[in-house]
Amino acid sequence: MKNEHIKNNQEYKYGFTTDIESIRAPKGLTEDTIKFISSIKKEPKWMLDWRLKAFNRLKALKEPDWQKPKYPKIDYQNLYYYSAPKSASEKPQSLDDIDPKILETYKKLGIPLVEQQRLNGIAVDAVFDSVSVATTFKDELTKKGIIFCSISEAIQKHPDLVKKYLGSVIPLSDHYFATLNSAVFTDGSFVYIPPNTKCPMELSTYFRINASETGQFERTLIIADKGSYVSYLEGCTAPMRDENQLHAANVELVALDDAEIKYSTVQNWYPGDKNGVGGIYNFVTKRGACRGKNSKISWTQVETGSAITWKYPSCILQGDNSVGEFYSIAITNNFQKADTGTKMIHLGKNTKSKIISKGISAGNADNMYRGLVDINHKASNARNYTQCDSLLMGNKCGAHTVPYIKNKNATSTIEHEATTTKINEEQLFYCNQRGLDQEEAVSLIVNGFCKEVLQQLPMEFAVEAQKLVAISLEGSVG
Amino acid sequence: MLKIKNLKATVDSKLILKGLNLNIKPGEVHAIMGPNGSGKSTLANILSGKKGYEIEGEINFNGIDLKELPTETRAQQGIFLAFQYPLEIPGVNTNIFLKTSLNAVRKARGEKELDTLTFLKLIKEKALELGIDEKFLSRQLNVGFSGGEKKKNEILQMKLLEPKLSILDETDSGLDIDALKIVANGVNSYKNKENAFLIITHYQRLLDYIKPDYIHVLSDGKIIKTGSADLGGQLEKTGYTNLS
Repeated sequence: MKNEHIKNNQEYKYGFTTDIESIRAPKGLTEDTIKFISSIKKEPKWMLDWRLKAFNRLKALKEPDWQKPKYPKIDYQNLYYYSAPKSASEKPQSLDDIDPKILETYKKLGIPLVEQQRLNGIAVDAVFDSVSVATTFKDELTKKGIIFCSISEAIQKHPDLVKKYLGSVIPLSDHYFATLNSAVFTDGSFVYIPPNTKCPMELSTYFRINASETGQFERTLIIADKGSYVSYLEGCTAPMRDENQLHAANVELVALDDAEIKYSTVQNWYPGDKNGVGGIYNFVTKRGACRGKNSKISWTQVETGSAITWKYPSCILQGDNSVGEFYSIAITNNFQKADTGTKMIHLGKNTKSKIISKGISAGNADNMYRGLVDINHKASNARNYTQCDSLLMGNKCGAHTVPYIKNKNATSTIEHEATTTKINEEQLFYCNQRGLDQEEAVSLIVNGFCKEVLQQLPMEFAVEAQKLVAISLEGSVG
Repeated sequence: MLKIKNLKATVDSKLILKGLNLNIKPGEVHAIMGPNGSGKSTLANILSGKKGYEIEGEINFNGIDLKELPTETRAQQGIFLAFQYPLEIPGVNTNIFLKTSLNAVRKARGEKELDTLTFLKLIKEKALELGIDEKFLSRQLNVGFSGGEKKKNEILQMKLLEPKLSILDETDSGLDIDALKIVANGVNSYKNKENAFLIITHYQRLLDYIKPDYIHVLSDGKIIKTGSADLGGQLEKTGYTNLS
């Protein structure tokens, strides 16, 4: 009985709603909605034009349907595209101006924004529904010439950088969801690291969906100028609701000569209940361009939430000697589905990529690794190493691996390893015999299985991620 | 401490244990010998709570009916099984496994959980006592360990968890003489008036180093003979077939 109680409490502890008055755009996907978003954000005309151009392209595009997890048709006219806490309609100038209810929400989520309790050495941009409500440690970063602010603020204050790079990695008309995002994106983070600067702290964005019937379309743009380094982390949660909510984000990374971007995601959107009702549709486009020579982009993702996760954080390895990495843990339990992986596009000489994917499937869930390694004819001496491991728990779940390899250069080296294992009863017995209960045993074994990916996360988040891995799989064995 | 009365166990509708009786008191060392397939490992598995057996009869451990208890509770109550084939758990550091295990047991016993520093100090001491190289504590649990290292690791875990009843399931098989001595030293140094051992083995060899109080011969699911430490030497000469 006691165990049952604890289990229920831990199920999805971020599932609460904050009762707050919000301003919303009228329902539906129309030119007026886009104009509303642009005008409430006081955007310059070029930005509105860009959005409208995307909207026009969208009309000619079809929603893709090649993915494995199918979902009921989304009624795009029945969604809100903008929802913001009323108190944030004028972006608060300081933390004192932020609605206490919002501060309380982030505190509950473990992301304190107020000065005294800030996370040590981590600057946070907090996005609540469609707007950024606070960015911490701004002054300290400004001294080094680092820009870390909401994308809305960047459009106002740094239009040249935004114009130059926005849409340069994910073109306006890339595919349905990316184009939808370009038309209606509401907020997200903007980062610029000046040449030869090592960002002195972790930058992070915390995304929170609160309002119902609302899609979240965030846009993140990170530019690492020559010889710079930045480590960035995003986290996400949402309330528990019976409806499915759409989250279609675009994330663009640009690394110039000798620059490095490390991008980590801990995705814990509401996954739906035990019977597969509700949960977030997490349809995200993430792409990084290693534009300069010797540049490096490393994606690490821990995907535990969402009803459906559908994303392929990718690297375009343009610069000679550039490096792309993808480390992924995707956990699906109950009726969750994931179709995730990466694309490594090798264009420059001596480019290297590494893919480590760990898929864990329990309950009735389905987990797919889908990846592309594409070696261009000019990419001499390119190397790729791919390792895809799947772990199954129980006999109603599925694991699939679909690696695409296109090789047009004979000097390249491509390695692919894949394993599928079932969680081993003998291992569980061994752990039980050493005093660990079933859940502790599963947590230990699964964390071991994921170790290579977990150790890529910044220290501050690795422990949290380990706990999350354990919680996501509670009740899946025994 | 342990009272087994008329224990019968069936697996896949095959009767393996056919009415086994055994009493173990604190401070005693019991050895079970017997031919292959006589049910020795089944007994070890049943005592530690492995699933998959249909069980009849009584198993009483310090006044508790063991049959009702899940594996981890038995472990927390002080039953330890040194595995014949210790499992590999990739990606899990041996130190972390041992700490998690010790703290789970301590917690269940109402003792304070140990922080990392205190734990590391303790585990290094225990490893040193056993002559185990502490380097292996930072390797992945049993992954790439030699047969001897795995068995030594089992004995280290035993000393760490301080069980009341330690069951050694053919811990001596596949050991060279040095590793065998380490295992035997581990047992002898831990042995006291409060705890007991059940040693399952094929060979007299281990019993030259660990003196048992009783030797039982298990054959076809029953104990057919019980004797003192001398019985082992006798068996070595005559084999099991001439008994009964």
